[in-house]
Amino acid sequence: MGKRVGIEVSIAAADAVKMADVDVVAAYPITPQTHIVEHLSELVANGELDAEFIPVESEHSAMSVCCGSSAIGARTFTCTSSQGLALMNEIVFIAASLRLPIVMILANRSLSGPLSIWNDHTDVMSVRDCGWIQVFTETGQEVFDHVMWAFRVAESQKVSLPVIVNMDGFILTHVIEPIEFWDEETVKQYLPDFKPLNVLDPEKPTSVGAFGMPDIYTEAKMAQNDALLKSKPEILKAWKELGDLTGRYYKPVETYKTDDAETIFVTMGSIGETVAMAVDELREQDKSAGLIKLRLWRPFPFDELREAAKGAKQLIIIDRAISYGGPGGPVASEIRSIFYGEDNMPAVTNFICGLAGRDVTPDDYIAMFDKSQKMLAGKVRQEDYVFYGVRE
Amino acid sequence: MESLNVYATRLLEKKEYFAPGHRACQGCAEALAVRLVAKALGNNVIVGSATGCMEIVSSPLPFTNWKVPWLHVAFENAAAVLTGAESGYKALVRKGKRAEKGTVFLAMGGDGATTDIGFQALSGAFERGHDFLYVCYDNEAYMNTGIQRSSSTPFGASTTTSPAGKVSHGQMTWKKNMAEIAVAHNVPYVATACSSYPFDLMQKVEKAAKHPGPAYVHILSVCPTGWRLPANKAIWIGRLAVETGVFPLYEVIDGKYGLTFEVPELRPVEEYLHPQGRFRHLTPDLIETIQTRVTAEYKKLVAKTQMKI
Repeated sequence: MGKRVGIEVSIAAADAVKMADVDVVAAYPITPQTHIVEHLSELVANGELDAEFIPVESEHSAMSVCCGSSAIGARTFTCTSSQGLALMNEIVFIAASLRLPIVMILANRSLSGPLSIWNDHTDVMSVRDCGWIQVFTETGQEVFDHVMWAFRVAESQKVSLPVIVNMDGFILTHVIEPIEFWDEETVKQYLPDFKPLNVLDPEKPTSVGAFGMPDIYTEAKMAQNDALLKSKPEILKAWKELGDLTGRYYKPVETYKTDDAETIFVTMGSIGETVAMAVDELREQDKSAGLIKLRLWRPFPFDELREAAKGAKQLIIIDRAISYGGPGGPVASEIRSIFYGEDNMPAVTNFICGLAGRDVTPDDYIAMFDKSQKMLAGKVRQEDYVFYGVRE
Repeated sequence: MESLNVYATRLLEKKEYFAPGHRACQGCAEALAVRLVAKALGNNVIVGSATGCMEIVSSPLPFTNWKVPWLHVAFENAAAVLTGAESGYKALVRKGKRAEKGTVFLAMGGDGATTDIGFQALSGAFERGHDFLYVCYDNEAYMNTGIQRSSSTPFGASTTTSPAGKVSHGQMTWKKNMAEIAVAHNVPYVATACSSYPFDLMQKVEKAAKHPGPAYVHILSVCPTGWRLPANKAIWIGRLAVETGVFPLYEVIDGKYGLTFEVPELRPVEEYLHPQGRFRHLTPDLIETIQTRVTAEYKKLVAKTQMKI
């Protein structure tokens, strides 16, 4: 293994992309993603990374350039946030349908309006159904590891799908953390050269992105969904091998003190550590609390989630996005539907908090725990959710 | 002249890279232009299409008319997609992962995809200086969706979103001059062409592909369906567009203008407007307005060809 250094997570993420020997980077600047692309362009300018850095005129073109470069067989990376993702939205969906293994870091940030540059998950939830593999990270080390993992999974011929690595804006992108870099030998061992099944080549012409009439569209979409579902074994295999090489074993669903827990928090991204502190405190108060951290968001880890929540009487789902006029936050509504009709279905309460960088402390999670207990004394329905911490 | 035409045709490559059997309308001069462009470029090319007529008529799954590698992603991004492919190619060649074979990168789109929705992506690709060729097949409206106006629709034309009515004469604005906009980007090779002049068109496309850096060819592509014209009149009306000065054929090579088809005396624009149903409603004074504009624009162009740079 390589050395452990104290480094800003964005810089480390860009270094990981460099170590993956990417061929094309296309990106447009947006806070809080900027440090990643700035460092990548620096690496290219200094000749430390042999790649084409395409400073496009918009995120829409960033994702479009990525489609072209990936289709020709080049290892391709982009990075964006919030409005940038919203602008490239159209092409994000197409990239998955064309089965182009692009890797994107999404430095999660709230969507306008009002304009805000701070962190929550409203951006990624807007592309929930885009067909990409989507994973959440909690620490700088996880970001570094998941860059390698993302290329490995995306480019596997058994997968051939794009991957979004979510990292919380500012909370992860702009902090300095101790990160263990991989050495070149480990990278080489873990990440083979990109060998796509099909590339654009005049000697073997193919037509990519053809037009689908109603008689073929459904079949094409079903095949795409199958491909995403079938990526799961490769995802698990890539995590297993990453663990064997680094000693860090990742799982689709991470658990903390869940074994005997009656009430379990469910989180995504960097707030996991804060909630873990709350769980410790609750345990000290003799309250039966645990924590599930969803790492894999698509394909959804149904079995792992059911297993992790086994025996729990109550789930407290923390959402960092809103589904306006809908059944609470997007994570809660999915989890409710997963458990609906199951034996010993846990009760679900849903808190929407930490929007646009609003701090949520361990005490807040303890307060949510207590509020949940009270709510469950009555009846909690599908559409019930709480905006936590709203100033009155 | 007759026999020269017969002879010259024989010199052409017989191979087709845009295969027959596509689903374009009868008399579509745009499909003809695509076929000529493909023929001019040969098989060492990678093509990226914008969404539009030419994309849907040539790629209904599971069929394709493309005998060369072809990629379609969306409507407004053909320039970005193909410059991505060009960049990927460059990186792979430099890193020894792909052999350098002098492959040409062709992005193409209709007038909507070029002058409207794809304008920004195209401007970005020009500015970044990629080595690629962009061909705009200009049929002067959104024909694929049913003849809606674009910024490339000429003044006075009646379309489904600029209909002539009691208080409107159809399109109220003048056609956006995309070739000049390409020149303003300092694109090293810019040309206009029309499928009514196939040899001229093919020569320009070959030149454009060979010229280093970005190149832009703007092809007037007659659409009998949208222009309300009999299908057998497409080639004829294309010639009239050139002979009346409505659509002059010229090249701008490294900033130097040159007419490739000189018209000693322009024919009256009425000869071009009259046969087309989309201009049927025009009154003599509107025709006069168009004539004045066409004459002035043509003079401006001729003056540019006489500029010393």
